[in-house]
Amino acid sequence: MSERPATADAPAGTEGEAEPPPTLADALTLGLTGAEYELICAKQGGPPNQVELAMYSLLWSEHCAYKHSKKLLRTLPTEGPHVVMGPGENAGAVDVGGGLVCAFKVESHNHPSAVEPFQGAATGVGGILRDIFAIGARPIAVLDSLRFGEPSGTRSRYLLDGAVAGIGHYGNSIGVPTVGGEVYFEAPYEQNCLVNAMALGLCPRERLVRSAAAGVGNLLVLFGASTGRDGIGGASVLASAELGDDEDKRPTVQVGDPFEEKKLLECSLELLQRGLVVALQDLGAAGLTSSAAEMASKGGVGIDIDVAKVPLREPDLEPFEVMVSESQERMLCVVTPRDLEQVLDLCEKWEVGGAAIGTVTETGRLHVYDGERLVGDMPVSALVDDCPLYDLAPAKPSEPIYPPPAATLAMDATPLQALLALLASPNIASRRPLFEQYDAIVQSRTVRRPEQADAAVLALPDSSALAVSIDCNGRRVAADPYRGTIEAALECAANLACVGAEPLGTTNNLNFGNPEKPHIAWQLTEAVRGLGEACRALEAPIVGGNVSLYNEGAAGPIYPTPVVGMVGRLPDAARAGRLGFAREGNAIALVGWDPQRGAPSLAASELAKLRGEPLPDGLPPFDVQRVIATQEAVRAAVRVGELSSAHDIAEGGLAVALAECCLANGLGARVELDALTRAPSADALGDDTPAGADRPNPSLPLPILFAEYPGRFLLSGPRAALEALAPQTSVEIVGVVTGAALEIALAGETLVATLAELAEAHRALAALFP
Amino acid sequence: MKFGVLQFPGSCDEVDALLAARRVGEAELIWHGERDLRGADAIVVPGGFSYGDYLRAGAIARFAPAMEAVIEFAESGGLVLGICNGFQVLCEARLLPGALLPNANLRFTFRQVELEVARPDTSFTSACARAAGTADETPVRLSIPAKHSWGRYHAEERTLDELEERGQVLLRYAPGQNFNGSLRDIAGVCNARGNVFGLMPHPEHAVDALTGSTDGLRIFESMRLTVEGAHV
Repeated sequence: MSERPATADAPAGTEGEAEPPPTLADALTLGLTGAEYELICAKQGGPPNQVELAMYSLLWSEHCAYKHSKKLLRTLPTEGPHVVMGPGENAGAVDVGGGLVCAFKVESHNHPSAVEPFQGAATGVGGILRDIFAIGARPIAVLDSLRFGEPSGTRSRYLLDGAVAGIGHYGNSIGVPTVGGEVYFEAPYEQNCLVNAMALGLCPRERLVRSAAAGVGNLLVLFGASTGRDGIGGASVLASAELGDDEDKRPTVQVGDPFEEKKLLECSLELLQRGLVVALQDLGAAGLTSSAAEMASKGGVGIDIDVAKVPLREPDLEPFEVMVSESQERMLCVVTPRDLEQVLDLCEKWEVGGAAIGTVTETGRLHVYDGERLVGDMPVSALVDDCPLYDLAPAKPSEPIYPPPAATLAMDATPLQALLALLASPNIASRRPLFEQYDAIVQSRTVRRPEQADAAVLALPDSSALAVSIDCNGRRVAADPYRGTIEAALECAANLACVGAEPLGTTNNLNFGNPEKPHIAWQLTEAVRGLGEACRALEAPIVGGNVSLYNEGAAGPIYPTPVVGMVGRLPDAARAGRLGFAREGNAIALVGWDPQRGAPSLAASELAKLRGEPLPDGLPPFDVQRVIATQEAVRAAVRVGELSSAHDIAEGGLAVALAECCLANGLGARVELDALTRAPSADALGDDTPAGADRPNPSLPLPILFAEYPGRFLLSGPRAALEALAPQTSVEIVGVVTGAALEIALAGETLVATLAELAEAHRALAALFP
Repeated sequence: MKFGVLQFPGSCDEVDALLAARRVGEAELIWHGERDLRGADAIVVPGGFSYGDYLRAGAIARFAPAMEAVIEFAESGGLVLGICNGFQVLCEARLLPGALLPNANLRFTFRQVELEVARPDTSFTSACARAAGTADETPVRLSIPAKHSWGRYHAEERTLDELEERGQVLLRYAPGQNFNGSLRDIAGVCNARGNVFGLMPHPEHAVDALTGSTDGLRIFESMRLTVEGAHV
């Protein structure tokens, strides 16, 4: 048996022949600043010992303390009529009727995935699922939001293959369907990929459980997997600093075991169903340290933990290692002494380990024991609440941050060439090769699978349904963090509208670079301002989320990527909208087009990217209320049930949306767009077009075909049903569903693409997964 | 008519199977550690990852106490349906011939597939037959989702010949639908006695038009007809 280091033997303040306690230099190595170390010494009444310093360094890390984002996050709307549980718990929850609540949250696992994509992504899914069942909800769906460099690069391919396989490995094995998601390929994500996972759960309202420890004398039971050395320092080492040479950080990435989590999930839900649990909390970043401190803080109590009682995967873990290990598939609960035996019996039934490792006290302190010896003693409030929060110093960059993308399409490409190039672009091509690797239907709730509709639809027991979407076009946020973020939230709501759902609540994951740099601070500040405004306007408050900063390396920062996930509800699952044209002879309507707005801009569009154009400084303005009114009209029309299809116009603009509607069921369309070239009024072309954006030019057909801006939809159905939307929004009947080709007549020319040509282009990603 | 649906700690589709079975009869879950089949008239071994399947799909589940009871039940002529992981378990338990290997593309793949009913006259497929007097003699098709990593049906040539001669191949992937590389497009086979049937696609996920198709219900309906016919 190895000797324990003296520091672990020596509680704070005791003397002996011990090695000296850790120093300022050790604190700096763990990522704390000198001032933070001083503050810790003041809170502790002297230098912290090894256990204490390790625990402080994690809880005071960016990842756990949100020290650069917390002040901004306080500006977001978090309350609304549907909100049952807001930010601060393991996940937020909204009321969905019928006595049920939907718990949901998005979380990132970016840095682990950049170091080891398979396990990084897998444990990202595992972590977000635990957040959902930690509040008592059965996970019913996963969505993922992924960002990589261009798929032609070998590093991007490695990260993409690993991340997709890892998500599938975990989600498929645990029996939770992956029902949707998004993926973008852009050079700024080449080194620092993004892996965000969102999960939803359902539970009866009265069975929601919180994480506040309560009842002095109650016991803490750690259950699930045993504790090992994996993931030590994951939160502070990986997630709270820029990426560097990360080969040697691979051991800080945790390893996932979905079978263990499946048992843990069922065991947790049965514990709750039988009323055996006072409080429940999952173990994520910073492991036992974070979960115990959070539970104590929320309950206003103290906790004593004995690390000697923690079941270990390998012998001889130091007390600090036990406290900071990020071994996966573990939960912590508070139970009464009377119920302990039943709790442990249930753990045995589900073949998960379970051990009473501590007690709830009235001290307000976190005591760590190793058997009889006190090896750590900290005020809970110091650990959880006293980490300094930092003001950002935002400054709009004077120079462009991002180099222009590499051109892959000639400026003089014909509209047909541009359409086919767009359909084959990695950001637009069919995601089938990816989503086919996920089980989208387990649990028998999936009413709309990927590529059937703009949002995933999940049936509820009372014949209504949930709808969910996750979105963010980072390139547009990079061009204009404020408007780009509003667009991301509106895009989610547009997707919900297309299936007939109205938003209930929002979750978000703010993925940004180093916030200590003024230009990143500016991106973050502007994005949060936009997010707050959009969520207020949509009446879709933020119920929880996550912040991932320092997403940059030697090559620069990622595009600012405030991923937005939105959950909505529709009254009749059977009437959920579909995106594809479905009936020969149906009329096709462009809805939400604003004739007063002037010719649309190609700025920051996918076409601009393919042409290698630099990002504009700012996006064209738009009227948020007008966009929301259009969404409401579309939602209402879908709910009536007379439309055949509803599709939001997004990346690639109108022409790509038309092609997507054709490809869904293999039906062609004949479309005439000259009505869109009507000369706009003079002031609509006025001075609010930002510098760097394309000057509107009504004579050019390309912006009509390929411009991107929020608030437009393509609907198909009987002409009368389409025209019925006219009082609420603009409706332009542009064509008819017919034939085996997409024909678009515009400005005296007709673009003709056969369905076979379109499908061939749209299959471009299949080559990545032979 | 009562179905018993086995539940292993890593089962994923057991509740789906339970709900599908309840559309045609009674059904309840049977915990893997139990030997009592609770008077079930037919058993479903469901999809999922029984004990994690880190060794080889179904390799450990065949030794479960509940599976010992299922083997006895099958040997006495009881109807046993294995879906996906359940098919793998039944092959590992030697209740069915052959084995399931990793998909040809080496990836988990989820796809709605078209199946052809090769034998519409068995205990598991009788409800798939066309109405008497129909002139159409092409095979009946079922649209059912499949989702698995290890679904490539494999057996020796001699065994495959025997299976076809004895009419034990009940379902095949329709032309162009065999994504996993199964030999002779086999999607589902039964034992020589005809009372144990395994298939990779998931009929329990095709029982409601709201979530896709209702074609899978016919497998459960066939089993009900068989059991109730035997009781008459």
